[in-house]
Amino acid sequence: MTRRVAIVGVGLTSPRPVTPEVSYREMIYDAAVRAYDDAGVAPKDIDAFTCCSEDLTEGTSIFDEYTPDQLGAAQKPVHTICGDGIHGILAAWMQVKTGLLDVVVVEAHSKASNLLTKDHVLHYAMDPIYNRPLGYSPQAIAGMEMRRWLHESGNTVEDCAAVVVKNRANALQNPGGAHAAQLTVEDVLRSEKTFDPLTHLQAAGFSDGACVFVLASEERAARMKGRPIWIAGGGWCNDTPWIENREWGRAIYAEKSAAMAYKQAGVRSPAKEIDLFEIDDSYAFKELQHMEALDLCRKGESGRMTRLGETAAGSDLPVNLSGGSLGLGLLLDAAGAFRAAEVVTQLRGEAGRRQVEDARRGLAMGWRGVPTASGAVVILEN
Amino acid sequence: MGLRRVAVIGAGMTKFMRRAQDTAQELSFQATKMCLDQAGVKIDQVDSVVHGTAPDAFDGVHMKGEHLSGGSGGHQKPYMRGYVGGGTGVFAPIQGWYHIASGLFDTCLVVCEEKMSSCQPHPQGAFLTIFDHTTERPLGPNLLWIFALEMNRYMSTYGIDIKDIARVSVKNKKNAMGHPCAQLGENLTVEDVLASEVMAWPVHRLMVSPTSDGACAVLLAAEDVARRLCDKPVWIEGVGWNLDTSYWTNRDLAYPRYVENAAKMAYRMAGIKEPRKEINIVEPYDPFAYKELHHLEGLQFCKRGEAPRMTADGVTARDGDLPVCPSGGLLGVGNPIAAAGAMKIAELFWQLRGEAGARQVPGTPRRGLAQAWGDLMQVGTVVVMGV
Repeated sequence: MTRRVAIVGVGLTSPRPVTPEVSYREMIYDAAVRAYDDAGVAPKDIDAFTCCSEDLTEGTSIFDEYTPDQLGAAQKPVHTICGDGIHGILAAWMQVKTGLLDVVVVEAHSKASNLLTKDHVLHYAMDPIYNRPLGYSPQAIAGMEMRRWLHESGNTVEDCAAVVVKNRANALQNPGGAHAAQLTVEDVLRSEKTFDPLTHLQAAGFSDGACVFVLASEERAARMKGRPIWIAGGGWCNDTPWIENREWGRAIYAEKSAAMAYKQAGVRSPAKEIDLFEIDDSYAFKELQHMEALDLCRKGESGRMTRLGETAAGSDLPVNLSGGSLGLGLLLDAAGAFRAAEVVTQLRGEAGRRQVEDARRGLAMGWRGVPTASGAVVILEN
Repeated sequence: MGLRRVAVIGAGMTKFMRRAQDTAQELSFQATKMCLDQAGVKIDQVDSVVHGTAPDAFDGVHMKGEHLSGGSGGHQKPYMRGYVGGGTGVFAPIQGWYHIASGLFDTCLVVCEEKMSSCQPHPQGAFLTIFDHTTERPLGPNLLWIFALEMNRYMSTYGIDIKDIARVSVKNKKNAMGHPCAQLGENLTVEDVLASEVMAWPVHRLMVSPTSDGACAVLLAAEDVARRLCDKPVWIEGVGWNLDTSYWTNRDLAYPRYVENAAKMAYRMAGIKEPRKEINIVEPYDPFAYKELHHLEGLQFCKRGEAPRMTADGVTARDGDLPVCPSGGLLGVGNPIAAAGAMKIAELFWQLRGEAGARQVPGTPRRGLAQAWGDLMQVGTVVVMGV
């Protein structure tokens, strides 16, 4: 029953803020070819495909219609998950674990640059009766949540700014770091106020990119050319969609997702047993909130640790070495996929200048952004 | 390695109709509650939730799955929305199946909901946005046109008489008169169908399923849990799904190859060699009358072009040798897209347990098949269930 499943191939395009010369299909094709080459498979060797997308961000209804061709998946079992890339990985993981399918591909992409009015589109995610008529930007929810969380946890805005400084500097070591920058805490705090206490630089900018994974059963993975990276555990959870009913000071979706994944992977003290973390930082405070939800430190300590460099490159608890969403750019529902891809790269020892020494186990965590309270966690090991 | 056995142990559905007074979450909640009550299970006993629903454009709600989770019991649970357009209603139970068959969960609640009445003046408006933004959308196509193309191709390839297609409407709408949740149960004649308005030749109004609002939920459980909670579980014996190219203009519309692929995948898993002999009830997707016939052929119940003959001979009547859409199908019960597909799973659950009341097919059916279809005439989803 506990069939082991590995990621045997990864392909991604380099995140970029605008990509006017390629369509999403061309981007996905590019990522797919790299992933298949990485795993040494051809489309004929693949049993099923899972894609991640949402209609309104694509500007096309029933977007799953447009998923198969660029993956070589026409006339194959293909379905879409309306979720983060990590939800997609976990859906494919389950498919292989059933024993019915041996090789399953996951695809997630972002063509955020096609969205000319992002806040307007996001506004349609608000409850149409209770919230949408109020006409405020959904980003305001992040501002309110941040204020409540800072109040309850005792962290400060300066701590959040330190996250931005760290992640955008980390991105300087990543060829895909589209939003890499050398900043100071003052730069972040002095940037334009958006939804107080958020400032402009505390929210990730956007990027386009595509990411494809090949997953395989243990038996098939053994016959493939790449080094398998095993899925040791996965978890996902939705808190209430009603913003009025949430505990604004907690990320329950992250707590429960992590608890589920830790249980499967047999992890008791994550900070000690996991070597690197790629966790959602679409707003700077979210990285800190998620660190605490994932039990990486005691409540209220995430900010201090970040300021002291205890989550920086070279530390015992590296968080978002890739640069995270602040450094790579927010890749919509592909964001989690890029986090998982970084973990795979690290566990293979292929992360170049940002390589963690002797990395054995890593965790990737995604959040679907405002106004959702929906997240997913995957733990990988080599 | 044997697959972990998964059963359906409960089902519930709302009446299909225009329900402008109910929100999408309320519809989901009603079906969820009926399903759990029928199974005698509390929401706390549910390990995971899968939600199926088709385009966000109907409700005008972005990330509609997140929005609906409050109504379908997804609160603080592992919750995922799967999506294959019109095929979603039968795919969502497949997704529920893999949740349990993976060994990760013992129970999975599968909820499918659709609310089309919010889309004004008509949900066809939302379908304008399903076409390729570069090559097709500028032409302003709608579903009736492309299905008229497919129906024409089907008729001309096999020399099918339109009267034989009208018979499907007559049969299904009559069957629906026995369904308490049906929107359009009616006693009609072939002449009535052919006298109805031509929407896009050869599609007549009475050959088209209505737009509806509604929800349907089924509860799935692993074998040990199913045996403990349910006196007569209905086992999921086979699942299959298959998506063809987006370039629908490049394929021969006379035959749904992707449905054949999905069916063969499900038959392989269920160990079925001769579907016509080994399956007792079929619930194929029938949003248009010709689709039932088209799908029966794709599902290998007869040779290509022969499904109209089976219908004319009464083989597919409720008391025939192979009852097809004894529920009344989408033509009779209604077509709230994802919920309509799940309704077919619920129908098999009730039929195979002998609980279908006025719709009960005679004898003791042992095995049934549900199928849905969608996207750009592109996806087939198939579930085989048995007792």
